[in-house]
Amino acid sequence: MKFDTPAAQNPIDRLTVIGKATDRIDGPYKTTGTAPYAYDWHDPALKPAYGFVLGAGIAKGRIRSMDLSAAKAAPGVIAVVTAESAGQLGKGQYNTAPLLGGPEIAHYHQAVALVVAEGFEQARAAAALIKVDYDAAKGTFDLAAAKDSAKPAKIMKDPGDTAVGDFEAAYAKAPVRVEETYTTPDEAHAMMEPHASIASWEGDKVTLWTSNQMIDWSVGDVAKTLGMPKDKVRLISPFIGGGFGGKLFIRSDVILAALGAKAAGRPVKVALTRPLMFNNTVHRPATIQRIRIGANKDGTITAIGHESWSGNLPGGRPEAAVSQTRLLYAGANRMTATRLATLDLPEGNAMRAPGEAPGLMALEIAMDEVAERLGMDPVQLRMLNDTQVDPEKPDRPFSKRELIACLREGGERFSWSKRVATPGQVRDGRWRVGMGVAAAFRNNQLMTSGARIRLGPDGTVTVETDMTDIGTGTYTIIGQTAAEMMGVPLDKVTVRLGDSSFPVSSGSGGQWGANSSTSGVYAACMKLREAVVQKLGLPAADAVFADGEVRSGGKSVKLAQAASAGEIVVEDAIEFEGLAKKYQQSTFGAHFVEVGVDAATAEIRVRRMLAVCAAGRILNPKSARSQVIGAMTMGVGAALMEELAVDKTRGFFVNHDLAGYEVPVHADIPHQEVVFLDEVDPISSPMKAKGVGELGICGVGAAIANAVYNATGIRVRDYPITLDKLLERMPDAA
Amino acid sequence: MKHPGEFALNRRDLVAGASACTALTVMPLTARAEAPIADRAVKTPVSLTINGRRHDLELDTRTSLLDAVREHAHLTGSKKGCDHGQCGACTMIVGGRRINSCLTLAIMHQGDEITTIEGLGKPDALHPMQAAFIKHDGYQCGFCTPGQICSGVAVLDEIKAGIPSHVTADLTAASEVTASEIRERMSGNICRCGAYSNIVDAMTEVAGRRA
Amino acid sequence: MKAFTYEKPASPAEAASAAARMPDAKFIAGGTNLLDLMKLQIETPAHLVDVNGLGLDTIAATQEGGLRIGALVRNTDLAADARVRTDYGVLSRALVSGASGQLRNKATTAGNLLQRTRCPYFYDTAQPCNKRQPGSGCAAIGGVSRQLGVIGTSEACIATYPGDMAVAMRVLDATVETVDAEGAARKIPVAEFHRLPGDTPQIETALKPGELITAVTLPKPVGGTQVYRKVRDRASYAFALVSVAAIVQRDGSARVAFGGMAPRPWRVEAAEAELAKGAKPAAERIFAGAKPTHDNAFKLKLAERTLDAVLTEARG
Repeated sequence: MKFDTPAAQNPIDRLTVIGKATDRIDGPYKTTGTAPYAYDWHDPALKPAYGFVLGAGIAKGRIRSMDLSAAKAAPGVIAVVTAESAGQLGKGQYNTAPLLGGPEIAHYHQAVALVVAEGFEQARAAAALIKVDYDAAKGTFDLAAAKDSAKPAKIMKDPGDTAVGDFEAAYAKAPVRVEETYTTPDEAHAMMEPHASIASWEGDKVTLWTSNQMIDWSVGDVAKTLGMPKDKVRLISPFIGGGFGGKLFIRSDVILAALGAKAAGRPVKVALTRPLMFNNTVHRPATIQRIRIGANKDGTITAIGHESWSGNLPGGRPEAAVSQTRLLYAGANRMTATRLATLDLPEGNAMRAPGEAPGLMALEIAMDEVAERLGMDPVQLRMLNDTQVDPEKPDRPFSKRELIACLREGGERFSWSKRVATPGQVRDGRWRVGMGVAAAFRNNQLMTSGARIRLGPDGTVTVETDMTDIGTGTYTIIGQTAAEMMGVPLDKVTVRLGDSSFPVSSGSGGQWGANSSTSGVYAACMKLREAVVQKLGLPAADAVFADGEVRSGGKSVKLAQAASAGEIVVEDAIEFEGLAKKYQQSTFGAHFVEVGVDAATAEIRVRRMLAVCAAGRILNPKSARSQVIGAMTMGVGAALMEELAVDKTRGFFVNHDLAGYEVPVHADIPHQEVVFLDEVDPISSPMKAKGVGELGICGVGAAIANAVYNATGIRVRDYPITLDKLLERMPDAA
Repeated sequence: MKHPGEFALNRRDLVAGASACTALTVMPLTARAEAPIADRAVKTPVSLTINGRRHDLELDTRTSLLDAVREHAHLTGSKKGCDHGQCGACTMIVGGRRINSCLTLAIMHQGDEITTIEGLGKPDALHPMQAAFIKHDGYQCGFCTPGQICSGVAVLDEIKAGIPSHVTADLTAASEVTASEIRERMSGNICRCGAYSNIVDAMTEVAGRRA
Repeated sequence: MKAFTYEKPASPAEAASAAARMPDAKFIAGGTNLLDLMKLQIETPAHLVDVNGLGLDTIAATQEGGLRIGALVRNTDLAADARVRTDYGVLSRALVSGASGQLRNKATTAGNLLQRTRCPYFYDTAQPCNKRQPGSGCAAIGGVSRQLGVIGTSEACIATYPGDMAVAMRVLDATVETVDAEGAARKIPVAEFHRLPGDTPQIETALKPGELITAVTLPKPVGGTQVYRKVRDRASYAFALVSVAAIVQRDGSARVAFGGMAPRPWRVEAAEAELAKGAKPAAERIFAGAKPTHDNAFKLKLAERTLDAVLTEARG
């Protein structure tokens, strides 16, 4: 099904199942430990051996030699895989660094060997017996130092630099100007489930139970890396213990499991250890961002400029931190620039809302600074500079844009009017208290997505798609979609996900999953509805599917009857065409935060959080709300604690475990409020929905930073905002 | 939803027949005369009581309780999130207390009563805490969830038993089930999806029901 | 993790003798730090002596009116003990500010005293570390050192002792009781238990090889207002940037010890008279001669401000 004109009234609009707060249908399995994640498979026939990955001990250079003799002779060892033994390997389309290093080492903890043994303990011990002789080379690890060597870089297919009007002249003329530099650190996805795979060969075919967000991309990259046809690779990934972008692409576990299984002649299971993950896999790259905003005294922005520097391995992409600045606020004169330096740190890649998340951390502090300089309320400033069209291409309207409503609704609910604009005025016992606001913005991306639907003789509906549920609630919304479309209760729908033998879907990433994959199911269901009415000999025009029946032309027939002679199976996909060019499609929100800053120690604790979101139709308010609070939580981490600490001499992330890389714990997070504005966006898809899982993180960090400023009068522009950055300037505690 | 049946491979009962071994596993002390320990695999019989059922296993001495339960008893509900006591995904209730099963050796738990997520309830017979997690959406990806639930059950018992926490205002008074107490006590269970706010709601409901 | 043999003796003397008899033997109690380090091959014992069956898990009153805490008493039980909560509040507070509920249920009194540094370079076997591999150098000096020590450190090592419990025990003037392989018992004041690194950062305590901690004794209660304040980026489940254990008496006299600053709980008794004058003069004296790095210089200011807050709180 092509989607090239705005959606009209359709069966989804009945909203008997869609749009209802619904418990997750996979909940009973997740809460009882019976949902099988990659490392959990226990087919007694598999009898897998255990693989253990050894990471490189240098950041850059070459392996002179490896002594594998002790490891090979160790008890239980079946095989040792290295680049030398593996032979020629390709590199996946989506990988920057090779997944198995040697003799060249591209980054610290790049995999250099896999030891396969009968027992996990044996494989781990034997890996420690491998002696690697390295010839270390000098590398570049410091973004600030490499900044001047950075080169212009594109943002995917879009230009890295844009310009409208005459930014420099307008900025120079502006009566009110803010120019500041902000930095965001390297961050880790730190999903709870480590990358893990079990590989099993049958002849020239390999089956991989793994943990992956994008099944089809990854089938392709496994095939490419191993130099085999795509149809000989099967990926199975029905449950994913978090990804946040870190599992968009294949990593060393899946390739090494496949190579290990081949070498061992039997199935092999491999999980990356937690201390290996931080340097072995990918991270959100650090940025340096320079923002210049010029405004008239009435608050109208006349010039807005945003430049961003980031680093990556050769061939890697930049962090697209300027993206939102092209679209969020009006302003006749504007510029953005993207610069990319070569760094020899581990591979930088997409993490939850790549671009916007770090970009808004900077832009939305800058807006707070502009408001302060104007003596204007920061909510007001944002409303004043709203735009209903793409400011770089004014003939492109936004399909829906409810930023002002988000700010207004949020301000009321949060009692924003009680905020004392002058910083450092509010005290509650030992806490200095402040409030902050930021806009949330994230584009609505659309991906082709397919599904297969089966109608059984018993009237049950089964959906099969290679779509993944990474905690997003996809099982449930896909089930809801099929139930709504076919007029059956949710418990008559079975959803099967994450298997490359199913039709190719959008996969999960870029907050495109919910809208795209349910639209794919919608398309397949439309086809099934046609097949059903045809089978039942009913007129199609006025067919209503409800209560397990099909009603048409005054007749009412059980849905199951259509499949009485045998299961009906259809397959279709949604393909989005044209509308994205004509309309800018984005999601909007507003974050409101109250923090307390300890008057003595400058420890920062979040006291209240509210997000108001306008993101199209909300398919399942329960899981959508969870997506938003989860993103807000990750935003708290980014604002206050998360930083991969770079050893700029040795070239690696030093705090490479969950004790060193702190993410928020229960005690860091207060009760969180989320409000969804009642929005439907027929330009987005037949579901009239958009994404929301990444919107929730966009802007949170800046809202916190602005609240800290409001509490203390101290402006911190370098994330994370830790107490050491406040301490020197903190007023006396008394 | 039906259980993703074709994926749910049978957890074939690999438990060996009754073994009489309950004695302390004192290893032979003649090891020095033989090959260095590090070059040998040291295996030992270990008898674990998991969810009320005895499992007689033959384990490498290095096997953590977590790996014994997951890889040898084939109860994979408990998760390995970090293997270093830094995340809480492996939380089990042992002898009535919640612990990180990754940071203890199976061999040290001969005869202990071990409760895992599978021992609390089943999809068609949920424990009240499991039901409350579903109702309040106290999870997303689900990977930390077994640990959160085991911890959640144990935390309510700890509060009842009067064990103080960092946020207990008065050390000499009885502890109460407050949001702040739940947050502090649950802080050893990391949820990167950020379901914390919902987990507090789930636990509060269960605590209320109990009281 | 290297392979090891395992035994579980029934008496402290047996345990000490087993440890002495076997090469590269280690005691294991809670295991929460030892197994963590064994998985990374930072600790590589060839034999484990499980001391959980030694009956060292009780808390009893001493003849002097204090408490004798068995080496195997779990952190949870120690923090929850009614006598500790009433008479040694700073200890209870320190315990519950450490680690997580799960870890406190396993971690023992002796094990907590012996927990090793959290320096990230110590934890990474590809990096030089004089504590892990004597003579290999110190990557933390000149590396990432925000969490590391500012005083009592050396050219060889700037690691901190990471625990909380021992900081409280330091202000309580606790004594560590041990038994050695020959069965001889001795008492080590907690002040002398942890060693400064000097040229031998691998030697962290006063214990001799094979010597087993059997108990920690607390002198009779000293009263006063007892406070343990732990400062950290994350609200829970994190090691201290700075912590302060304080006992403040009604007459204004006080004793304080600091965590997160040094290779051992940091207390300077000679400076405690200054506490009456305020946090600043006291902190200057307590941290005289500090050698912070660029990354952790803030800890001095933080320690002073935290001390000030603690004194203000305690003096009401």
